[in-house]
Amino acid sequence: MKKCGRCDKPAVLHITELQHGEVKGLLHLCETCAKEYLSHGQGSAPEAGLAEAELPEGEEPLEDLDQHVCPSCGITFKEFRSQGRLGCPNDYIAFQDELLPLLENIHGETQHVGKVPKRAPHASQKQYQLIRLRNQLRAAIDEEMYEEAARLRDQISVIEREITPSQAASDA
Amino acid sequence: MDVESLTQTSGEWLRGTGPESDIVMSSRIRLARNLASFPFPNRADDAARAEVELLLRGRLTDRPAGRRLNYLSLTGLETLDRQFLVERQLISREHSDERTHRGVAVSDEENVSVMVNEEDHLRMQVLRSGLALDECWQEIDRLDDALEADVTYAFSEQLGYLTACPTNCGTGIRVSVLLHLPALVITKEISKVFQALQKIGLAVRGLYGEGSQAMGDFYQISNQVTLGKSEEQLIATVKDVIPNILSYERRVRQALVKENRQGLHDQVSRAYGILRNAQTISSEETMHLLSSVRLGVNLGLIDDLEMQNVNELFIQTQPAHLQKIRHQRLESAERNVMRAAFIRQRLTEESTGPE
Repeated sequence: MKKCGRCDKPAVLHITELQHGEVKGLLHLCETCAKEYLSHGQGSAPEAGLAEAELPEGEEPLEDLDQHVCPSCGITFKEFRSQGRLGCPNDYIAFQDELLPLLENIHGETQHVGKVPKRAPHASQKQYQLIRLRNQLRAAIDEEMYEEAARLRDQISVIEREITPSQAASDA
Repeated sequence: MDVESLTQTSGEWLRGTGPESDIVMSSRIRLARNLASFPFPNRADDAARAEVELLLRGRLTDRPAGRRLNYLSLTGLETLDRQFLVERQLISREHSDERTHRGVAVSDEENVSVMVNEEDHLRMQVLRSGLALDECWQEIDRLDDALEADVTYAFSEQLGYLTACPTNCGTGIRVSVLLHLPALVITKEISKVFQALQKIGLAVRGLYGEGSQAMGDFYQISNQVTLGKSEEQLIATVKDVIPNILSYERRVRQALVKENRQGLHDQVSRAYGILRNAQTISSEETMHLLSSVRLGVNLGLIDDLEMQNVNELFIQTQPAHLQKIRHQRLESAERNVMRAAFIRQRLTEESTGPE
């Protein structure tokens, strides 16, 4: 956790200062310093700061959550929030802490009941790795980093081999 | 299969048979599924989308669960053709947006359609005429198993089938029935139905799903949550409420007949009269009048029309259908003239019987 920019306590509020719509600075403050900051209105455009401050205490501020990135598909939590669509199946793992309360809100439940694929569910996990590796492979090829590409290709085929026999076994 | 061949036929689900088909136009179940090793379609680049389409197209045309499906690529298809497929209920409006590597696999009877690279990699649906949710489920469950035999779905033990939108994860199921509720609309009782349905977590939509208007007094009723309840439980939630709505609509219909049979008969006959004689007519007015005619057929106030033909007219008089059937691109005003002529012809043919 970040420390307050004005004293040594942990920062609970993260304030973006805006001027004419442009980011002028980032402040990380503890509760005491934040109250002082907000009541003195030192910010040039206090609305941004106030919006952040409305978050309930003890929860990680939205701004930090927004920076979370899914390692598989590269989507940020912020992008998900603005589009309402996730980027890949691995997001459910990458953003688990943020998504569970949301799912609870939507469905009233957070545990699947119902049909299960005949294939071993854990096979999915390996598949998420494949998404990431294939992305990296494409990037490597685009940048003409052929040694890296070859390495990634080998890694992909190892995982593909790992998946295939276990699936054959579960199908049998 | 191409779009042209579809203009010669109509979906089997319009045939107007099956349990409760006086009010229940159709039953539908759709499942959302994704492949574990690819980003969701919106996030996938062109190459990944192409790979997903190729893979799934192969599976879909390989007679999954013994079903012959015809694959139609949407890439390069004209706007009119894509709109036609939307009107036909074979693809969603979202799926008709111009994006690459999209397609749909359709069975000959149009009871099964599977969209590829819509919001999720797979959106499969099974449609039936009348109230037949169990049959829909059995069929789609088999299709799902067959497709899964060769691909790995994105699935987690906690969150079930993983979907691009968190509102669909878990079972990925949407169970819906399309109801024709003209009497509840006439008497404005329909808002009470909405309120009651909302309380038990069911959604009400128009003929073309999310955000569409309730044209022709048609309402789609479907489950909202998908996680934490089994497919059977979710089907039961929808199924259990339908008898109440049906008896409500029937009760109000009988009350309308009892209180003012002449008035109702007049309204129905005028609607029929306009449709048989109009020289120009909008899509909206057509839907409105067809709804009265459909009610009239059900109440025995009109006796020379088949339900299937009335059902088909709801679909065939829509803009893209009209233009495809007539092989002409038409402006709105021209369409209205063409629509009136088409309806006159269909209703005259129908009521005088085949030669």
